[in-house]
Amino acid sequence: MSLAEWTSRYMVALSRHDLSLVLMLVLGWLVLGAAGLIRPHRVGFVAHVLFPLGAMVAVGVAFLGAIALLGGHSPQILLLPLGLPNLPFHARLDTLSAFFLLLLGLAGAGISTFAAGYFRSGQGTAPGLLCLQYHVFLASMALVILADDAYFFMVVWETMALSSYFLVTSQHRIPEIRRAGFLYLLMAHIGALCILLSFGVLQGGRWQFTFDAMRGASLTPFWAGAAFLLALVGFGAKAGLVPLHVWLPEAHPAAPSPVSALMSGLMLKTAVYGMLRITFDLLHIRYWWWGVLVLGAGLFSALFGAIFAAVQTDMKRLLAYSSIENIGIIFTGIGLAILFAACGLPLFAALALTAALIHSLNHSLFKSLLFLATGSVLHATNQRSLGKLGGLIRRMPWVATLALIGTLAIAGLPPLNGFVSEWLLLQSFLFTPQIPHAFLNMLIPLGAALLALTVALAAYVMVKFYGVIFLGQHREPSLVHAHDADWLERIGLAWLALGCIAIGVMPQLALRAAGAVTHTLLGQTVNLSSPFWWIAPIASKQASYSGLILLAGIVGVVGITFVMVRVLAHGRIRRTASWDCGYPWQTSRMQDTAEGFGQPIRHMFGPFFRMERKLPAPTDTAPHYQIHIEDRLWRVLYLPIARGVQRLADWIGLLQGGRLSIYLLYSFLTLIALLVFVL
Amino acid sequence: MSALTIVRQFGEVLLAIAIAPLFAGWIAQCRAWLQSRAAPPLIQPYRMLRKLFQKDVALATNASALFRMTPYILFGTMVLAAAIIPSVATDLPFARVADAIALIGLFATARVFLSLAAMDIGTAFGSMGARRDMMIGFLAEPALLMVLFNAFLLSGSTALPSVVEASTAHPLLIDPSLVFAAVAFLMVLLAENARIPIDNPATHLELTMIHEAMVLEYSARHLALVEWSSDLKLFNYACIGFALFLPWGIATHGGDGGFALGVAVIALLTKLIVAGAALALIESLSAKLRIFRAPEYLAMAFLLAVLGLLVHLLLGA
Repeated sequence: MSLAEWTSRYMVALSRHDLSLVLMLVLGWLVLGAAGLIRPHRVGFVAHVLFPLGAMVAVGVAFLGAIALLGGHSPQILLLPLGLPNLPFHARLDTLSAFFLLLLGLAGAGISTFAAGYFRSGQGTAPGLLCLQYHVFLASMALVILADDAYFFMVVWETMALSSYFLVTSQHRIPEIRRAGFLYLLMAHIGALCILLSFGVLQGGRWQFTFDAMRGASLTPFWAGAAFLLALVGFGAKAGLVPLHVWLPEAHPAAPSPVSALMSGLMLKTAVYGMLRITFDLLHIRYWWWGVLVLGAGLFSALFGAIFAAVQTDMKRLLAYSSIENIGIIFTGIGLAILFAACGLPLFAALALTAALIHSLNHSLFKSLLFLATGSVLHATNQRSLGKLGGLIRRMPWVATLALIGTLAIAGLPPLNGFVSEWLLLQSFLFTPQIPHAFLNMLIPLGAALLALTVALAAYVMVKFYGVIFLGQHREPSLVHAHDADWLERIGLAWLALGCIAIGVMPQLALRAAGAVTHTLLGQTVNLSSPFWWIAPIASKQASYSGLILLAGIVGVVGITFVMVRVLAHGRIRRTASWDCGYPWQTSRMQDTAEGFGQPIRHMFGPFFRMERKLPAPTDTAPHYQIHIEDRLWRVLYLPIARGVQRLADWIGLLQGGRLSIYLLYSFLTLIALLVFVL
Repeated sequence: MSALTIVRQFGEVLLAIAIAPLFAGWIAQCRAWLQSRAAPPLIQPYRMLRKLFQKDVALATNASALFRMTPYILFGTMVLAAAIIPSVATDLPFARVADAIALIGLFATARVFLSLAAMDIGTAFGSMGARRDMMIGFLAEPALLMVLFNAFLLSGSTALPSVVEASTAHPLLIDPSLVFAAVAFLMVLLAENARIPIDNPATHLELTMIHEAMVLEYSARHLALVEWSSDLKLFNYACIGFALFLPWGIATHGGDGGFALGVAVIALLTKLIVAGAALALIESLSAKLRIFRAPEYLAMAFLLAVLGLLVHLLLGA
């Protein structure tokens, strides 16, 4: 038997039992987590044995996800011997789940490897317990993707929220972190409530809560719209769509860096998954105004996130706001897909959905990479504030190089992966004039401009992020002692960076993976027939792109130029002090700070912020300049709601007099009322 | 892909590399004439490059590898862009690698690298220049995208060769939206290439400079490559403009004999001479804007492009 034959037979056998194998791997995660409790305080055992094993399990999950995508056969369904007597758990693996499993496994492997080097003993939760919470979190995300009935889905959805809550509050002795955790839990539950209600509407009066039954239910346009809106609010709260985003910039930075990476890179994607599952799979009709709504929310979130990221001074908060921006871009793609699908243009819907899916995958890679890099910086310097970093490229060359790849990727620059998805999304915007609504036709190109503004602003934010942390002079003398990441951390970072390069250079791979999904959901794929180094989603005459040739071209020209310069001229270098227009006295305080980099944005987008400025008087001998920037929505939307709830609670509190006689009176009055009612 | 197309491709790239400094020199000469100064000779940029390549590099002690790599990367991206833009012929094997949107991405890559390099030494002017340049960049990109949208609506493609072929197929059909788009494109070109009214390429006045502030720390061969790639960038932008708005003369599919290529080269040179003189005139007539005015200027370019789009949609509907 030849090798190819053997491999293909092996693959077929594997893909037949794909779902059970994935479930076994997920069980493996849970076992690893439980094993952490054996020796909860032994860092060496937890970090160097359990986390690397978890990373291997993640690679397995990604592998099985890829096989299920390539197989492209009909979905596998399994009835689990778990749950309540009349409500067993259903699991199902189709191409949509497989795509998100692939995403989970790819990014999860890098994050777990990094975490093996990252977690050390210290204050806060014991490492063993952290290991349990971490692996339960990973397993629950995998199960959310596999769940096939509303009951199972809600159980694992809540497990995911709770386990991540415990991870966020692992440094629970710090009051701000407790507060961030509470806000996160609150928003997670409001979201979960909306999702529950959405499932309640979706079952359509037949009281069958399997997704299969929901697919068959026929809803009136009104109830379909209600289910869609509830799902949008529920999953939007998890994904961090504006105005439901307030928890995100608090909770993501509060967690340890690998957990921030899991939350930003992976957990937000479960919300994207849920949104796609309900909109394109469970609901059988779609209306164009849904698309416009999602498109508007997505574009606004994207711009909002980018603007707020530009004015942050804490590196992890900056990345959290950038997550809002990227989620906005993903929802923009989903909105366009709904719009095209509702207008009977499935090819363009497939293009927009492909862009959204690939951007989800990309974001899980580069955002994890950058969050992990901030973790290394945090370990090396004990600083999170951008104002106290700088010049780390000379002390931490490994982290700086790998973070540069992530920075260029998230800034949407060719030939890396961020560019591929943004290019696809802009391409799908180009076809909006085909939509048969004249008014929309004129407005939607402006959406493309807004997207271009956001993407360019993201590049600005990322230049700020990278430049202030890694370039320039050290802003604090203590940074001289910063050390590079250890080898496990480097492997984790390099894995994610390689992913960014691979998708950027061979976008056809990602396009095929997303194509399997769009084939299931829309019955249509974009043009996949070009070779692997080339993409031309609609037609090659219309637009085409090749990351591989672009990279090869740049490398080739750079190489030739370098050799020519050396041969025709020379390579002499003299090291001197910096020039800077001849100013002799240069200190590190003269560089642009993070605030300085945010200044043009504050100037231009003033109405977005609530700013409080304290300027020194001219006579001050020790002048201080202070600026405090706040989200307007917090005061406009959340504080009034919080006050309303407080007032309502106060009124209800009046009932609780605390005196037994009054409570007896309540019982008496209730009895009388009931008697009147009965008689 | 025949050997002829490859030769044509390399020929076009070498032509771009060779005449880009000449184009910059021509603009400088026209400016000098308009300001009744004695003009430097046309080959002044080449002399400059030669001088810079011969000197020793004076490198700041704390410069990292990123700083030293950036000039090469800039030059590489700009040469690659020249290979993609159909300045002489449309039948280029490289042109399919990137459409116009990817071309904007390529320019953005160059900008990000230059900004990062400017921040690397950690001087006050370098980081200030980086911040300002990135600001101009993110304001200019939406306007440029709207211009490309317009081209897409007219030709059904964002690949520049297809745009050129579509418009040369109907040479008499001029859409009114193109006028708006052309003005918007011109404004973006001035902003992106660090020219008046956004930036002044001839100044080293500390507080107003943008591009010059970023390249302040470069010297000798590094500076030569940076300058050469700025010249190439201007040349590339001019060629994108020709492809979108003045495609006459570019050798299209089928008409790729030696005669057509000769005509195309002559047409390109003529267009460059006229465009250079026009740029010099604009630069001499206008004053540099304060940096706070730059957003308004670019918003204006954006609105013009959107107006073009609306004109097209309204007239087409």
